[in-house]
Amino acid sequence: MIPPEFDYVAPTTLAEAVAALGEAGEDAKILAGGQSLIPVLRLRLAFPTTLVDLSRVPELRGVSEDADTLVIGAMTKHSDVVEDPLVQQHAPLLSEATATVADPAVRHRGTFGGALAHADPAGDLAAVALALDAELVAEGPGGRRTIPARDFFLDYLETSLSPDEILAAVRIPKLRGSWGVRYEKFNRVAQAWAIVGVAAAVRTEGGAIAEARIGLTNMGSTPVRPAAVEAALVGASDRAAVVAACAAVAEGLTPPSDLGAQADYRAHLARVLTARAVAHAAGMSS
Amino acid sequence: MRVRMKVDGVTYEDEVQPRTLLTHHLRDGLGRVGTPIGCDTSSCGACTVDIDGESVKSCSVLAVQADGSTITTIQGLSGAENGDSSTWHPVQKAFQEHHGLQCGYCTPGMIMATVDLLKRNPSPSEDEVRHGLEGNLCRCTGYQNIVKAVLSAASELRGEGPLPGSFQDAPENDTAQTPAAETAGAPA
Repeated sequence: MIPPEFDYVAPTTLAEAVAALGEAGEDAKILAGGQSLIPVLRLRLAFPTTLVDLSRVPELRGVSEDADTLVIGAMTKHSDVVEDPLVQQHAPLLSEATATVADPAVRHRGTFGGALAHADPAGDLAAVALALDAELVAEGPGGRRTIPARDFFLDYLETSLSPDEILAAVRIPKLRGSWGVRYEKFNRVAQAWAIVGVAAAVRTEGGAIAEARIGLTNMGSTPVRPAAVEAALVGASDRAAVVAACAAVAEGLTPPSDLGAQADYRAHLARVLTARAVAHAAGMSS
Repeated sequence: MRVRMKVDGVTYEDEVQPRTLLTHHLRDGLGRVGTPIGCDTSSCGACTVDIDGESVKSCSVLAVQADGSTITTIQGLSGAENGDSSTWHPVQKAFQEHHGLQCGYCTPGMIMATVDLLKRNPSPSEDEVRHGLEGNLCRCTGYQNIVKAVLSAASELRGEGPLPGSFQDAPENDTAQTPAAETAGAPA
């Protein structure tokens, strides 16, 4: 279908973009890579008055370091995140998960910040941002503020960004020490959304788990960080102990029931995939 | 809005609405109808084109976003548009020789995605070919001959010549095939 009519502006600096968004009013939408928004427009599920296109704002692209933190511009494309040597070195969980997003052509357009701001709980990257304790940097008319990932995802497609704010960058603390990572994604066919996904980063000491960070994809209306399971995993030194600790991963969660899977099946998948991801990350696969 | 883009070697400048999709601009505005529209939900990849060196689904890009870009469609891939198959891109030739299509609707996107894949990975394994083309759906072939065609094109682009086993290599009349050739494992 042909999208509904809208006005279009393409600012070239972040300051211009914030001003344009403010001027366009509350029914404006930000256009990042467009790989979710443009299909939504084509299906006429949204009727924005104005699109503020960020693709011509160079300061929003690229990966850099700020001491112990990796700084990823919100408009950095998935394909660039996957290939970036700094991301591979300091946040390999993000490289691994991003490589599973959609397909190569979509990854050539879709952006890291766009995926997070879209906040689809079936998207792979929100769980990764949550597991890695990322901070989201938002720029608005009142200036810049930093939002921890745990406070960013509020509900299905809803974040704590206010309508006049733009997600500018994502700050990810570098992993230090002997961390292993794994993103386990379960879907029925290539390029499909995750029915359930599990992002795991695990630090081991002397063959036992010293610290575990886990993010769950599509197990609720937001990405989920199962803190009790993370705590229970500490000290686990073999696969059986990992499986036992992960048995409670779906407790208290209300995963969706849809064409992809019923809620109880998702709970089962979460238990299996979390154990698999943690065991792999900890080098206990066999 | 005024947009300017170079498509298959020709620079066009046109007035478009902001809501015009690139794929509609290519087809309806510029008459470049070699790029089909398949699913309209970013799933099928039939409308894949190359924008500034990257494969992209042209149904998920606005024409205004492509302002200033250089675009290659299936029609510009060979550099010639006279229908002369001797000038075809090696990927186009391989799809013909290995019968990597049946109805042909997905083929322009499949070929554009393949060209991008082989540019990034000149020696893909069969598994890498299948994953590399996961954004392109074919409802006819079952993908077997598409994968063969891609592996053959990769070999040819590396300078190692096309892979044998194309349907053109088969004997014209199956009944003429000798038992000896069959036991020698000639491809069916």
